[in-house]
Amino acid sequence: MSEPAAVVAHKAHVAHEAHHEELGFWRKYVFSVDHKVIGIQYAITGLLFLLFGFSLMMLMRWQLAYPGAALPLLGTLLGEARMPGGSMLPDFYNELGAMHGTIMVFLGVVPLAVGGFGNFVLPLQIGAPDMAFPRLNMASYWFFFLGGVTMLASFFVPGGAAQGGWTSYTPLANLAGTGQTMWLVGMIFLITSSLLGAVNFITTTIQLRAKGLTFMRFPFFVWAQFVTAFLLLLAFPPLEAAAVLQLMDRLAGTSFFLPSGLVVSGQVLTVAGGGNPLLWQHLFWFLAHPEVYVLILPGMGIVAEIIANNTRKPLWGYRSMVYSLVFLGFMSFIVWAHHMFMTGMGTAMAAFFQTTTMIISIPSVVILTALIISLWGGSIRFNTPMLFALGFLPMFGIGGLTGLPLGLNVADIPLHDTYYVIGHFHYVVAPGTIFALFAGVYYWFPKATGRKMNETLGKIHFFGSLVCMNVIFMPMFLMGMAGVSRRLFDGGAAYDFAQPVLHLNVVSSWGAWILAIFQIPFIFNFFWSIWKGEKTDANPWHATTIEWAAPSPPPHGNFLVAPEAHRGPYEYSVPGAAKDFSPQYEA
Amino acid sequence: MDIPYTVEVRRDTGLTNGKIGIWLFLASEVMLFGALFASYILIRTGAPSWPRGDTILNVPLATFNTIVLILSSVTMVMAWASLMRRRFGTFRLYMGATILLGFVFLVVKYFEYSHKFHDGLYPSTNNFLAIYFTLTGLHMLHVAGGMAVNAYFWGPGAKLWKTNPVWFTNRVENSGLFWHFVDLVWIFLFPTLYLL
Amino acid sequence: MTSDHAADMTGDHAADIDRHVRVYITVFVALMVLTIVTVAVSYLDLPIAMAVTVALLVATIKGSLVACYFMHLISEKKLIYAVLILTAVFFVALLALPAVTHSNGYWIPE
Repeated sequence: MSEPAAVVAHKAHVAHEAHHEELGFWRKYVFSVDHKVIGIQYAITGLLFLLFGFSLMMLMRWQLAYPGAALPLLGTLLGEARMPGGSMLPDFYNELGAMHGTIMVFLGVVPLAVGGFGNFVLPLQIGAPDMAFPRLNMASYWFFFLGGVTMLASFFVPGGAAQGGWTSYTPLANLAGTGQTMWLVGMIFLITSSLLGAVNFITTTIQLRAKGLTFMRFPFFVWAQFVTAFLLLLAFPPLEAAAVLQLMDRLAGTSFFLPSGLVVSGQVLTVAGGGNPLLWQHLFWFLAHPEVYVLILPGMGIVAEIIANNTRKPLWGYRSMVYSLVFLGFMSFIVWAHHMFMTGMGTAMAAFFQTTTMIISIPSVVILTALIISLWGGSIRFNTPMLFALGFLPMFGIGGLTGLPLGLNVADIPLHDTYYVIGHFHYVVAPGTIFALFAGVYYWFPKATGRKMNETLGKIHFFGSLVCMNVIFMPMFLMGMAGVSRRLFDGGAAYDFAQPVLHLNVVSSWGAWILAIFQIPFIFNFFWSIWKGEKTDANPWHATTIEWAAPSPPPHGNFLVAPEAHRGPYEYSVPGAAKDFSPQYEA
Repeated sequence: MDIPYTVEVRRDTGLTNGKIGIWLFLASEVMLFGALFASYILIRTGAPSWPRGDTILNVPLATFNTIVLILSSVTMVMAWASLMRRRFGTFRLYMGATILLGFVFLVVKYFEYSHKFHDGLYPSTNNFLAIYFTLTGLHMLHVAGGMAVNAYFWGPGAKLWKTNPVWFTNRVENSGLFWHFVDLVWIFLFPTLYLL
Repeated sequence: MTSDHAADMTGDHAADIDRHVRVYITVFVALMVLTIVTVAVSYLDLPIAMAVTVALLVATIKGSLVACYFMHLISEKKLIYAVLILTAVFFVALLALPAVTHSNGYWIPE
């Protein structure tokens, strides 16, 4: 780095900054093309949707714990159409269930994990001034916003929002009210947003990485976002096609998913027939299986960053982790029918999907094991991001291991569509991914704002959430193994065999309501720290990756001088070095 | 700020951002139309009977449309080649021809569709027509979209030729890739729906 | 730094473009011929399996010509090839697996 070049760059930068200041409020904060602004927009919108989706579930948990009981206060506010006398109607329960899933997956977790963290951190971590296509990035956010508005608006149409699960299985979804049409349209907006984002992420990662930043010097977070982008790019379009087909069925009277002779309310449907409901399932799960890896991969990336940083040593098995990640991404496209074992496929195809599913568990285990081994011999700092990252490990472990019986065709028979499945996937997403996302918020908050979040409040948030998550979801394995089906309006109360485990519904519900209370310190901490948090410099965590070279918060264009990578991403405690960390960007 | 490799290629990949971007987008489109073809396969193989395309659809008209679209692909690539030869006037001619041919394609499809409706044949009539209207309808939307982008580069977007001819040439090339892809989809759609 | 194909300003590449244009015309003629072939074959009333094979074969050849020469795939960079090959694998999986999994005519009414 020669002095004159740095001065020239800085002068040009300052001149550009001055020009940038001319942008009005709307162009600077609302319709911005700056990846950091867009990332924050995604993150805050995503967090709000997470809260809303969580609230829907808290309402459901009242009905599950005390079926038929009137909900005091809130019950009467929701109107006679949905909760007459404060008591929940089955249709409303189904609305809540379908929208809880849809909102958490498509409006909460992915926008926060990919749109929020990906957008904000990725260009900084590769030393880029912004994304390759800044205007496309902005378009991607607004398509997401439009999708979210559509989904929310669907609650207010006659018949209410979608009620056929987040999976919208046909032919039931074909026959549903207007809310289902809005669900389909909303999904098309969201898919468009993801596709635009995926194109941006992949191009940016390949083309805009700094000098010296080879692929095997990428932080694991970058690899995670890179593979995730490919999953979004290639897996989402079939669901878009499926949504078009279902819209054609609902609006143009086609029979893509309606078999001949379907009887509804005692009458044979007067449609052409000849359709195949299983076609929807294939197209849906072709996306939805890679989608679950979209849900977990960014989280793994975040956890990897935080563990390396807070053990003051390199990640163990970086290369294996990267190869596993790529292999996992590839395999995720050919396992999807393990969600369809009960649809009458022959034993040959069941064997095929069972085998690919077992194989895909291997890279997951490799990654988790490498992260755990990375702790060995580390000089561990137990700050809030690290606590959440550490909590992620066993929680994802439980989630992943409980998936194994589901992936085996025969073991799946008694477990399919029971609470066991709900327990499995919530462990992976809730104390799994969401913990990783919390970790990321605490970790990168200083970079985005120039201030740290409060540690005490963070620890309360962590310990409370850890306990409550387990209280909510652990009982579900027992309920599922007892045979209680999912999506039951009364939580299984009508069934004899469910009686011995029904009390677990009450346990889970109280776990959920108390979990909500433990989010209050986080929400307060988040907003309070923006103005009153302890001020920090560019690199408060003494981290090695390139985003920490930029000022906190980074200006438009990110770096005063274009950074260069001189070494790997996790050169901590290098023997003979002056500091216990040798940043990637230092000469 | 200036995003690097918008106009010049990055040495190790040999590509501009836009070129990678458009190919990635086309990859996603392959999966989109692939899903519809997969749907066609599943529905057709599960059907007790399926009409031959030429018993319901107008093969001569569709053959004409196939020729129109292929011709438009030629004019599209010639439009780009004209820019490479720095002949802006010729570019305008070829690009205009491409847009016009796209318009012809749409007009023919309009006649095809309205003829079907006139005969009481709708998407809801049977699954053959359902998949026919859906596949060709989605394809038509892509033709229209491509035409809109081409029209932009023929018209208001052409200003860029004066200030940054290389960038303009690249953008025309990239929108050409989209247009060729639309032609490519039709090359598979035509025999599948009309001839089999 | 020169861009993908856009000529540098000296016009040295004019001969290159001329060669390209000759290729475009040749490919166009080939595409016309193949279009006529595929329509003509459809009048032969071949058994369905053969008809499908021939139609897809001709379409694949036509498609490849468009991709290789109009879209310049024949001289593209490795990265683009890698993306497309990956896509092709998943495309085949999407087309084949649902049909194979549920091809037992389950939805044929009795």
